Amino acid sequence: MGISENARCKGCVDFFTTDSSKNAGNTLCINEYFWTVWRKKGAQDLCIGFSEVPLFIERTIQMNENTKQLLAMFEESLAKADSSESLEQLRVEFLGKKGHIAALMSQLKSVPNEEKKAFGQAVNEVKQEIEKKLADAHADIVKKEEQKLIDSAEDYDVTLPMDIDMGSYHPITVIQREVEEIFRTMGFTIEDFSEIVDDFNCFEALNIPKHHPARDMQDTYYLSSGQLLKTHTSAAQNSIMKKYGAPLRAVFPGRCFRNESTDACHENTFFQMEGIMIDEDISISNLIYFMKTMLSEVFGQDVNVRLRPGFFPFVEPGFELDIQCLICGGDGCPSCKNSGWLELCPCGMIHPNVLNYGGIDTEKYTGFAFGLGLTRLAMMKYGIKDIRVLNSGNLKSLSQFIGK
Amino acid sequence: MFVSMNWINEYVDLSGLDVEDIIHRFTLSTAEVEDIIYKGNDIEKVVAGKIVSIENHPNSKKLHLLKVDVGSEVLDIVCGAPNVKLDMVVPVAMAGGRVCGGEIKKAVVAGYESYGMCCSESELGISDDHSGLMELDGDIKLGTDICDIFPVKDVIFEVDNKSLTNRPDLWGHYGIAREFSAITKRPLKPLSIDESDYSEGEEIPVAIKSDYVYRYSALRVKNIQKTVSPVDMRIRLFYCGMRGINLLADLTNYVMLEMGQPMHAFDGKKVDSIAVGTPDGKGTFTTLDGAERETDENTLLIYNNDEPVAVAGIMGGLDSEIVGDTDSVVLESANFDGVCVRKTSSRLGLRTDASMRYEKILDPEMTVTAIRRLVKLLKDIDGGCEVVSKLADVYNKKYPVIGLSFDKRYVDRYTGIDISNGQIVETLTALGFGVKAEDNNFDVTVPSWRATKDVTIKADIIEEITRIYGYDNFAITTTKSALKPIRAEAVKSEDAIVKDLLVNKFNLHEVHSYIWCDGKKYKKLGIEVEDNCRILNIPTPENGTIRNSMIPTLLTMAYENKSYAPAFGIFECGRVVDGYKENGDCNERRHLGIVMFDKTLSEKDLYFKVLNMLKFIFRDIKHDDADFAKCEVTHAYQHPKNTASVSYNGKKIGEMFTLHPMNAQKLDKNAAIVCAEIDLDDFFAIKVSDVQYSDPSKFPAIDYDLSLVLAEGKKYADIKATWESKNIPELTSAKVIDMFDDGTTKSIAVRLSFSAPDRTLAMDEIQAHIDAILASLGEIGIALKQ
Repeated sequence: MGISENARCKGCVDFFTTDSSKNAGNTLCINEYFWTVWRKKGAQDLCIGFSEVPLFIERTIQMNENTKQLLAMFEESLAKADSSESLEQLRVEFLGKKGHIAALMSQLKSVPNEEKKAFGQAVNEVKQEIEKKLADAHADIVKKEEQKLIDSAEDYDVTLPMDIDMGSYHPITVIQREVEEIFRTMGFTIEDFSEIVDDFNCFEALNIPKHHPARDMQDTYYLSSGQLLKTHTSAAQNSIMKKYGAPLRAVFPGRCFRNESTDACHENTFFQMEGIMIDEDISISNLIYFMKTMLSEVFGQDVNVRLRPGFFPFVEPGFELDIQCLICGGDGCPSCKNSGWLELCPCGMIHPNVLNYGGIDTEKYTGFAFGLGLTRLAMMKYGIKDIRVLNSGNLKSLSQFIGK
Repeated sequence: MFVSMNWINEYVDLSGLDVEDIIHRFTLSTAEVEDIIYKGNDIEKVVAGKIVSIENHPNSKKLHLLKVDVGSEVLDIVCGAPNVKLDMVVPVAMAGGRVCGGEIKKAVVAGYESYGMCCSESELGISDDHSGLMELDGDIKLGTDICDIFPVKDVIFEVDNKSLTNRPDLWGHYGIAREFSAITKRPLKPLSIDESDYSEGEEIPVAIKSDYVYRYSALRVKNIQKTVSPVDMRIRLFYCGMRGINLLADLTNYVMLEMGQPMHAFDGKKVDSIAVGTPDGKGTFTTLDGAERETDENTLLIYNNDEPVAVAGIMGGLDSEIVGDTDSVVLESANFDGVCVRKTSSRLGLRTDASMRYEKILDPEMTVTAIRRLVKLLKDIDGGCEVVSKLADVYNKKYPVIGLSFDKRYVDRYTGIDISNGQIVETLTALGFGVKAEDNNFDVTVPSWRATKDVTIKADIIEEITRIYGYDNFAITTTKSALKPIRAEAVKSEDAIVKDLLVNKFNLHEVHSYIWCDGKKYKKLGIEVEDNCRILNIPTPENGTIRNSMIPTLLTMAYENKSYAPAFGIFECGRVVDGYKENGDCNERRHLGIVMFDKTLSEKDLYFKVLNMLKFIFRDIKHDDADFAKCEVTHAYQHPKNTASVSYNGKKIGEMFTLHPMNAQKLDKNAAIVCAEIDLDDFFAIKVSDVQYSDPSKFPAIDYDLSLVLAEGKKYADIKATWESKNIPELTSAKVIDMFDDGTTKSIAVRLSFSAPDRTLAMDEIQAHIDAILASLGEIGIALKQ
């Protein structure tokens, strides 16, 4: 490669000529090269051989001395700095507006014009070096400080038990909400009804005349007001039929009362949910379909049902509905007393007399009714073995039913 | 009720069918079968044997050494029965055979080898008689298996009585056989009865003096020589849960189990004229179980010459009981009012097989048939007996014949499936209905045994058709009803939100409690049960009062949960009765009751926690604030000072209070207890306010703090009223920032915040408001703190 012209010096940014065979890859002009070497070796050594140290060199030497001292001073301070605060002090001392670099820079105006560039460069280099060292030291110290925080931090025991103060719902509320939601999705109105009812609603309107054995069967609490505590949610049927007329889909959960002594399986106060659906041409076939669909929703799995004749005065025909045991799948187990079936809920086609009492045209409309034992469902769902827990108010039991 | 398949088979031939399968079909079509019991399955190698030699056991007074001829061999048997005698033919369980007690093995008994066992009836499981060996007919071929001599083997099933309450016809085997006939489509055989016309002799006079008697039939029979029923009959009675007594008593029971018609046999020597009626006043009567029963003007009695001889439909009297030497009998087959019998039976505490049947409202048509059936059985057993009276039969109340008409469309609409005309006719006919079918129209006559209450309307016919068709055979389809969206009622969702807030925000526990007051538990806390509507028939009278507040019961629950946690809150949404309405009905209200129990907070802090809770609920659900004001106590357990009313728009809808120190001390000396009760019916009725939105002012708000000295008896509400009455639109909020009470002076610091939507307020403008407020405060004796 021959002489290449117009190479640009990396230091002074002037174009220069260079003999590439001697100065291969060098991107500095000779002047710059000289400066560079000088800076490295020290001006003293460089001056050997010179008969006279040129003035600019003399100044440069002085300059070099100054920057060297400055750097040495900085290094000394830096070594002592051990926090980001002391680094900041250092930065202000050297790089701040009134710092050493600024002071050095202020000499620039007294430097002859031709040397200003070199002088400025020299100061800048020192400044940059300090900045870099400061930055490195800062990064170092931040890292150390972070590490210190990490090391001193407490090691939390995530396995510790937590004492979580939570409220609780009564299990009946939980099951009632679940079942209501299912009926709501099926287009049923949810109705509320009083706990104290009269003889008409509880019996008469349900085709249970006076002296009917059903009135003995449902041992009733009679009140001094001449009313009674409702023995079954069916007591709401008449009012709801009158309120809405046909067609009608409604469920009505409620608390019922029977005058009997309590034990693990019997309560005098319990919850039922009654449902009725009345429309044109509602059939037994519809009833079976509906019960199967509804119970499959309630239990969250496909449920097989079977109907047996059952006698309830307010339905005709009346049925006892059994579901195939969900535990053994019908093979027989202790839960289903080895029969494969569990008697779950009474149901039937609403008796024409009951529809008549409710003001519904029996020539046009038919309907079915069913009763679900909410208390029994809650016991099945949670494995509650003693029914008395439900009305006990015992928080050791009841507080376990968190979340809805 | 126990049903014998042998008995059923007498009336409908079920041979070739799987017995468990048809019993299962009976469950699905008629009534629930609770249990199936196989009788005689544990009887093996028991044969007729003749005692041909008896020697006393040398070392025992009770035991005998027998030689028993069982046809094929003569066995040595050591026997301890007291009634052994020579030439007696007895059942012998041979070695390798089985009886009820277990397996029979060759054994050494008291030093002598024994190759079998002579059996009592009890050991064969055919009665509970274990007094001695069963004596067999001397003509029986020795070695004949006992199961070939008597119907020891049988399948008995138990039907749930409750599932038969509406089916009077199923309280006898014949009615059940009719069901099997319909289910299996096999013919039902007629009952075999005595066909005599009973035209000889004198009719027993029967006087009916009560409407409770529907029909009374009676017949006199004499010259009855036999006193013991045949073994077959006794086995059947025993398998069906009754004990053999004597021939006549057994026969009445047999006919009852067969036809469902209770009968009574009076000693013929002691009864010559019958009257049925109720006594004028109270009296006593000794029934044949030996118990003295109290009778009154509602007890229907059977009289003989003015002397009571039976409680109608329930039990006969001791004096006219059939005893061993009776050779003449007056048979009663009657029909009494079911309700009357049920009421008398429960009043006497005496429920018998007869009363259980009468309660179901029996078919009066069958009284005479039952007599004829009994006479037939009696004559078959004791050929020498003679009917010596005309048939007395007073038929006081006859049920009308029920005819029902319907068409195929009706059946289709009700069932949702297609059951053929042929199938409808076949089913109804098999069940005893008279059926006329023409095209798609049916005219049906209800048989008398179903017409007393059971089948009265068309829908009842649907049940008959469908249950025999089998619900398992139904094709199931969804309804065609139109879709109708449903919205939750506001009441329902507000009820849910109240619970959600209390549980999820305030960590309370929901409980349920009884609607009546628990007097004993209240007493522990010094709470008196307040007068209210009462339950008339509760077994524990101290619990008979319906609650008028949720709080006392919740307090008893808090008391019982004291060890649960140092701090907890419970609530219940339930019903109370707040006195009576104008028409005398109970004024039932939905109430929310809250009881907070806390050992970690002061009562004051807990009080304000509950206040905050109630305010939160109001604002969350109604978007508005309730008013709280000190009020008079309404219950003795409330604190006279710290009882406050909760009102909305001037209407009181609840209370919040601490306990009277007397009750608080009894509940817990170290815990703070605060209660609140809200009438939810009133709460739900409050209209939900719209959320009021206004752009926040772009101009700065200016706060002005007032430090005030409260005069004696003054409340924050009094202070608040001074600026509220002035309606200052720029006053946007007022907050209490500090309170101080050193026992002598009470001071309160209030920060009033002013701002206007359109301008920065000038200080002198605000000062004018403040001056006006201070002037009003001065009027009620409240001044700035110096």
